[in-house]
Amino acid sequence: MIEAATAHELRDAFRARRLSAAEICRDALARIERLDPALHAFNTVAADRALARAESLDRDFERWRDAPLAGVPLALKDNLCTRGLRTTASSRILEQYVPPYDATAVARLDAAGAVVVGKTNCDEFAMGSSNENSAFGPVCNPWAADRTPGGSSGGSAAAVAAGIVPLALGSDTGGSVRQPAGLCGVIGLKPTYGRVSRYGLIAFGSSLDQIGPLTRTVADAAIALGAIAGEDPADATSAPEPVPDYPAALDDAGGGLRGCRIGVPWSLFEQGVDPDVRRAIEAALQVLQARGATLVDVALPHAQHAIPVYYLVATAEASSNLARYDGVRYGYRAPGAGLRDMYGKTRALGFGAEVKRRIMLGTYVLSAGYYDAYYLKAQQVRTLILRDYEQAFSGPGAVEAIAMPTSPTAAFRLGERVSDPLQMYLADVFTVSANLAGLPAISVPCGFTAARLPVGLQLTGRRFDEATLLRVADAYERDTEWWKQRPQIARA
Amino acid sequence: MRTGFSRDEVAAIARLAHLELETTELDLFTRQLSDVLTYAAEVQQIDTTAIPPTASVVTRHAADRTDEVRPSLDRNEALAGAPDAALETGLFKVPRVIG
Repeated sequence: MIEAATAHELRDAFRARRLSAAEICRDALARIERLDPALHAFNTVAADRALARAESLDRDFERWRDAPLAGVPLALKDNLCTRGLRTTASSRILEQYVPPYDATAVARLDAAGAVVVGKTNCDEFAMGSSNENSAFGPVCNPWAADRTPGGSSGGSAAAVAAGIVPLALGSDTGGSVRQPAGLCGVIGLKPTYGRVSRYGLIAFGSSLDQIGPLTRTVADAAIALGAIAGEDPADATSAPEPVPDYPAALDDAGGGLRGCRIGVPWSLFEQGVDPDVRRAIEAALQVLQARGATLVDVALPHAQHAIPVYYLVATAEASSNLARYDGVRYGYRAPGAGLRDMYGKTRALGFGAEVKRRIMLGTYVLSAGYYDAYYLKAQQVRTLILRDYEQAFSGPGAVEAIAMPTSPTAAFRLGERVSDPLQMYLADVFTVSANLAGLPAISVPCGFTAARLPVGLQLTGRRFDEATLLRVADAYERDTEWWKQRPQIARA
Repeated sequence: MRTGFSRDEVAAIARLAHLELETTELDLFTRQLSDVLTYAAEVQQIDTTAIPPTASVVTRHAADRTDEVRPSLDRNEALAGAPDAALETGLFKVPRVIG
């Protein structure tokens, strides 16, 4: 019963005293032990810490009874700082790093009663789309062991898809929550920029990064978002917008989509979408229509330039953010003859190839003489991409959400794209725009390819209107059973 | 504008970024970064006359706050992750810089 349970069900079981937090926790830890040798989804398993925490919930039952995620096992992407628990960002340079504080999102889930069972594998510093850039080895897709789970939050997606935990957090700079969610057949939500505090998230692209939940059901994503959202004095970019009661809004809507206008940027689909993926998306759109939604063709003429813009902006920000890893205040230090030599050797040995590539590209586009031609230009095109979305979301023909595939293909084979970074980047074509525009977006399981690999439907919404995305996703979930399907590994 | 990188340029960028590259890495990155930059140069074809740049989508800034003393990280905790710290004096130690 526990194995296929959602966060919502486990919380209710704890509340009704049908299960203790310790029983729920031991069960999740047993699944890690059984499944993770094949998946490699976890960098660190915090078994003793998790059990002690679960037992404290049981002892203090009255205090925790009404907490929204009481007793729910939680996995955290390993770029979210956890006080006293190793946080590596899947990098050699932080392999032994133990943060002295919790990320705000982590502290909020803690306050909501969740129990952290471990830290999940990811691409190094969240840079990648396949989890193959982890210094500790790749994660396997639970649906096919020879395929990637996507990335960069690959471990979080695999852990949820395999039924190890019902809830994980990831971070999304260019699709790193949504793309692995899509490729692993789970829900992945990237909130509006500013909706969730970034305090304690190891920075990659600071104008793009957002923390978001991965779950098996929309209702669980609604609970998790409600718990982590809201202004935080520790992050000046976190927004003061009020946080709605997302689960209550879902109940009120009751799955209806009458009057809801959903935009579809058909012309974007020309960019190499796999026929199986396209079929699944078209079928999903019909389901939404049957629920009462009106489909509208929308033009996002500059979205086709989102990849180059993203890789210029994100690498520029990364080169600046990663300058802090210099072997002085924390992390790995290589011996060197003098300070500069120490810096160069520390970073050469501490960073992997993809991180080095991005730091160098970012250093270049910010350098004198090239700044205007690349970085400034990319920022101007970013404005155009943003305006395309604003136009679609406003005026007489306004839509409430925009639908497209999360990824142009289903999960690809491990090793297939590692030697060609540009090919890897191109697969982010549908996800990076939401980060550039700061908009919320969700990936929802919407079927399988002929090879039985999951396909994700992506919905992008208006700023701070995660509620509409959840409502549309929930309506879709009510009429479909994709989310109930489980990979073989989880049924063994 | 020309695109792509020479090997010397990549070496110069690596020095700016404090990355000591091996010869094999230098060759590989020269090719890979040239591919990416050539592709990214397509942004230069887009007309952006009179379009302001977007550095961040944050619309409101709460830059001002009351100047109150609040608890912060304990000094020893802050030093605990350092590869070489002098706990008694509260300093991060680095290799010799002068002479």
